[in-house]
Amino acid sequence: MRVVLAEDLFLLRDGLVRMLEAYDFEIAAAVESGPELTKALAELRPDVAVVDVRLPPSHTDEGLQCALTARRERPGLPVLVLSQHVEQLYARELLADGNGGIGYLLKDRVFDADQFIDAVRRVAAGGTAMDPQVISQLLSRRSVDEPMGALTPREREVMELMAQGRSNVAIAAQMVVTERAVAKHTSNIFSKLGLPVSDDDNRRVLAVLAYLDRG
Amino acid sequence: MRSAKSRVRTALRSGGRAFVLSFEALAGSAVLLVLSLLSFTLVLLGVGLVTTPRLTEAVRKHADRRRRLAATWSDVRIPVPYRPFPKDVRDGLTGQVERTRHILKDPATWRDLRWLLLDMTAGYVLLAFCWALLVYPVEGFALAAGLWRVFEDNTYWYGFVPVDSQATGLAAAALGVVLLLVGMWASPSLLRLHFVLARSVLAPTREELAQRIDRLTETRHEAVDTAASELRRIERDLHDGAQARLVAMGMNLGTIEALVEKDPAQAKKMLAMARASSAEALTELRDLVRGIHPPVLAERGLGDAVKALALRLPVASEVTVELSGRAEAPVESAAYFAVSEALTNTVKHAGADRLWVDVHHSEGMLRISVTDNGSGGAAIGTGSGLSGIERRLGTFDGVLAVSSPAGGPTMVTMEIPCALS
Repeated sequence: MRVVLAEDLFLLRDGLVRMLEAYDFEIAAAVESGPELTKALAELRPDVAVVDVRLPPSHTDEGLQCALTARRERPGLPVLVLSQHVEQLYARELLADGNGGIGYLLKDRVFDADQFIDAVRRVAAGGTAMDPQVISQLLSRRSVDEPMGALTPREREVMELMAQGRSNVAIAAQMVVTERAVAKHTSNIFSKLGLPVSDDDNRRVLAVLAYLDRG
Repeated sequence: MRSAKSRVRTALRSGGRAFVLSFEALAGSAVLLVLSLLSFTLVLLGVGLVTTPRLTEAVRKHADRRRRLAATWSDVRIPVPYRPFPKDVRDGLTGQVERTRHILKDPATWRDLRWLLLDMTAGYVLLAFCWALLVYPVEGFALAAGLWRVFEDNTYWYGFVPVDSQATGLAAAALGVVLLLVGMWASPSLLRLHFVLARSVLAPTREELAQRIDRLTETRHEAVDTAASELRRIERDLHDGAQARLVAMGMNLGTIEALVEKDPAQAKKMLAMARASSAEALTELRDLVRGIHPPVLAERGLGDAVKALALRLPVASEVTVELSGRAEAPVESAAYFAVSEALTNTVKHAGADRLWVDVHHSEGMLRISVTDNGSGGAAIGTGSGLSGIERRLGTFDGVLAVSSPAGGPTMVTMEIPCALS
């Protein structure tokens, strides 16, 4: 799987390259600025891009903007955005096109290599990887609302993991329950929130995220 | 010869200008003065709320025109001391009340009134002299040329000369020559004197400048104090937080090094601890950075930073932003933290379930309002979050206004003069 990596701090870039290579990713390019990233995304057509939000030369949200532009030209181009801070505002912009293949994680998440690599793979496959902090922000805003208040604590937990982009299998493993139990929880959640049931995992995640971000 | 010619031209030009201006001074100033006084009185009846802002605008235009003419005609520069005129405070009655109050509180409004009074009296007399000294002699010459015959039986006083014969007619002409010479010499100065008189009333007084210096000294002290205490807080947070965690981590790593062969299981456990502690250090640093200069503000500017801030609130919010560029970093930062404090206040005290933030820039003024549908009763007082906001804004000549009747709604308005780039 070919990766384009954009990160301006040498130590972090080097660390990420080593980690990705250790998990059998092919690094198509490891760049350190916005213009280089735009060029690499257009020319190398990677399977997934791992991008730092803040990049030179402007040191603003250049990485995010490059990623959004590239996705407009190539809809669904898998992009995993990394940042020192997560903002619901940015998550909203990344998810806006509804195409999936989006990840948005705190840089700290690379500490847990297995989970991080899992997120990269999920995004590359067209799935979603949302940082738990984004999800807990969303949930804390909606916790008192009807019908969110009607969810049981267990269902909330499932919903939180689902919104992060985890599959039923992964949720079952984390919560130490059977996959069938998770499936039951998810169908309860969907009926309580009045969302259309879908078999497609990714559609399901996007529906939940859209629901949480509403209002 | 040449200088005499240009002197005549200058004198005639001054006379002509004074002639035109004298109508403005007499009719314009008198009408505006009477209407303004009437309008202020009618504020009590409510009608004045509608007329006062418009009239004040007219008076200021009138005064501004005089300032412009003073600068172009006589090179007399009169500073413009008006506080920015709020055009788009709010619609409806509340907006009118706010506007009128703002106008009545501005010392420049009262200064303008004094000027109108002076302009229609002394100002007018100066202008009249200025052109009359050039026109009146013409009558003297006419008398000498034969107009005296009309007054043969009925003495006519030209100045202090009683005209009833050719001889007295010639005397009148002689007086006319003297007056004309005086007029030639004096009219540019008289016109200038008129503008200087206007300046003496229209320009801000010494006390006002002294007040301004007091205010600047005060806000500077506050800014320095705030900066110093912020630095102390940051130092303390780093010292007790991230720094201490890094020390602990280093220690743990040392122990792990020693344990790794003897007791791999224990070493692994400690590695997990070290990782957890690095994650905590990062979280603390992130919170600290957010308190110093929020990353979204650096990356996106004030509008998006306020939007991001609102998204973190537990209350439903609506943010509208109209900014055509970015303000300077210190202004952006002050505005951001002011909004942040206002929002925190609202969430803590107002008991609101909805709030609205409006950020826009017009006429060199950044205006931000935070409105909620809570219980109201907020006031700027000692120790309240609102006085903190006032201090923050004060450094940038910004002001804070709070309208919060008991029972709500509360509206906090902040204004900072600044330019966008």
